[in-house]
Amino acid sequence: MTEATLIQGVNQALRIAMAKDPDVIVLGEDVGVNGGVFRATDGLYKEFGEKRVIDTPLSENGIVGMAIGMALQGLKPVAEIQFMDFIYPAFDQIVSEAAKFRYRSGGEFPSHLVIRTPYGGGIKGGLYHSQSTEQLFTSTPGLKVVIPSTPADAKGLLLTAIFDEDPVIFLEPKRIYRTATGELPEGDARVPFGKARIAKEGSDVSVFAYGAMVPQCVQAANVVEKMGIHAEVIDLRTLVPIDVDAIVGSVEKTGRAVVVHEAPKFSGFGAEISAMIAERCLYSLKAPVLRVTGYDTPFPYTLENLYLPSVDRIARGIERTASAT
Amino acid sequence: MAAVPEGVLPLPYGERDLAELLGDGWKEMLVRGYRWVLFGRLMDSRFLGLQRQGRVGFYGPATGHEALNVGCALLLREEDWVFPGLREQLLALVRGLDLQAYVHHLFGNGLDPSLGRQMPCHPTGRPVAYVSMASTVGTQIVQAAGSAYAQKFRNDPGATVAFFGDGATSTSDFHAGMNLAGVYQLPVLFVCANNQWAISVPVRRQTAVPVLAEKSKAYGIPGERIDGTDFVRVYATLRRAFEDIRTGHGPRMVEALVYRMNPHSSSDDPTRYVPSGWMKEAQAHDPLARLEELMDRLGLLSSEQKEAMRKEIEDQLRRAIAAAEVAQPPTPDTLFRDTLSEAVWPLTEERDTFDRDQGGHFP
Repeated sequence: MTEATLIQGVNQALRIAMAKDPDVIVLGEDVGVNGGVFRATDGLYKEFGEKRVIDTPLSENGIVGMAIGMALQGLKPVAEIQFMDFIYPAFDQIVSEAAKFRYRSGGEFPSHLVIRTPYGGGIKGGLYHSQSTEQLFTSTPGLKVVIPSTPADAKGLLLTAIFDEDPVIFLEPKRIYRTATGELPEGDARVPFGKARIAKEGSDVSVFAYGAMVPQCVQAANVVEKMGIHAEVIDLRTLVPIDVDAIVGSVEKTGRAVVVHEAPKFSGFGAEISAMIAERCLYSLKAPVLRVTGYDTPFPYTLENLYLPSVDRIARGIERTASAT
Repeated sequence: MAAVPEGVLPLPYGERDLAELLGDGWKEMLVRGYRWVLFGRLMDSRFLGLQRQGRVGFYGPATGHEALNVGCALLLREEDWVFPGLREQLLALVRGLDLQAYVHHLFGNGLDPSLGRQMPCHPTGRPVAYVSMASTVGTQIVQAAGSAYAQKFRNDPGATVAFFGDGATSTSDFHAGMNLAGVYQLPVLFVCANNQWAISVPVRRQTAVPVLAEKSKAYGIPGERIDGTDFVRVYATLRRAFEDIRTGHGPRMVEALVYRMNPHSSSDDPTRYVPSGWMKEAQAHDPLARLEELMDRLGLLSSEQKEAMRKEIEDQLRRAIAAAEVAQPPTPDTLFRDTLSEAVWPLTEERDTFDRDQGGHFP
């Protein structure tokens, strides 16, 4: 166990996977010599060489399309899209191709690849370095969507993603790349998909979050604790597959639920969680489900702290839900 | 000897040219090639007919493309991978894709290797490294670069071939794929089957470049345009291109100019946009008629042999169609397979409640 940051967890997972399996290839813009603009791939080029750590042309559809071709041939490509905001040129390759290869070929051509991309706001990145559009991918059958919030999960979930059999969209909360610190287990310490993590235990209200919103929610839970409200914060970790039992179990226990994400509310992933709660444990509810989310606008530069769910705004939401009768 | 059909442009080769262009065993190769070109023609005709009778849901003919598909297929080695565009199903069959499996696919039945999930003419061919195709245009061009990267990375002796049409050269994926192949000097052959129409839009509306092969220059890739209805030229050109690719000289692009002699698909009505005189020009470039003229002139096949060949192909098609027509549709459980390696919630629940949800009619 060593103390590390979230991005170091990503870096370690890549290094361990590459050392373990010669089929693992990293590709993307600036991932080679420069080690990635956030340094997620730092040192890999030197250690594994230019054939396995590929600096690509500036072409997102090229990066993902090439990774799919490699995957069909049996390699294990890990593509980096520099910012999630730049992923859309590759949308066709992800949605029409990666997500559908296994199905449309009757299982003859599975295309397993990992697409890593930093997502989310809080770094003064404006419209095009801040967005959270995970719901575009969670609503596409054939993809897995993974979002870690701790260094150990960044490492363990990425290792699972690399050795999984399906296309994985791996969203990295760039805002907490360096502020989320914690113990990092040694070696190939994988974290399974589909198992939520209780970030903070509580009995009065369930708070569901992922990525950079998890530490925000924990802070908010600490705030309301002083008011005598014991919030349980659940880190979903993987949106596909989703841990239904953890969600339902927590709501059955608390009878109250708050869902938090950076993405806009309308048609966001919180709608899915809310519907799941309504379908499966409506009669356990003592209050309406509340969503605390980014506003339904494009992402602002100067006012990003008002746009993003703040600790205060989340705490108010928890308080309101906990006190509703 | 049969007379050359009126207006058909003869292939300008004598025996000496053919031996030089096609290499050893050229006579046997031509007979084999002719048989497959004829096969493609008869298959298209049969299935367009079945579509019109409502017996198959859709069909995308490749009439006019046969020489290109067959010429390329005969040059492929087992380790080569093919990323098809829209009209290369015949190539898959020449490579050894099981005809019965393909016909099951055209009927979308339960014996279709892709379990009736795709429209007809979108086969999957893992046994012959013929990659399952999407209906999106151009995406496969980039994937072919990735496949070739993997082959080069592993020192695999195989090459990758990407097919696409004239319309695809306008897509961003054409640009991305060609660019990547050039940068990494990948063992990939890009074949543009320029049939001069992207549904109703003529190639001059796709680009201001008169010769599509010239686009390859922008990526540092040698490219050339050939007459794709000339079986001999196709074979000779692709043979040379494969030699270059297989000896580590990087990617190549070949633009094969062909004539789409049928509608874009069974859903298309070309009388709305094809100018008068087009079909006459197309028929002059009919790859089957042109090859047949050559075969006749060289005396490589007698009328009886050709007739026997035709009958054998028609019988083969008839048997495959008969078997496919009586096969059952895919069973409902196939709905829930292959989205991911293992179904996850909510699909698991949808599967488990399927019988209840679909169970019979309301009274």
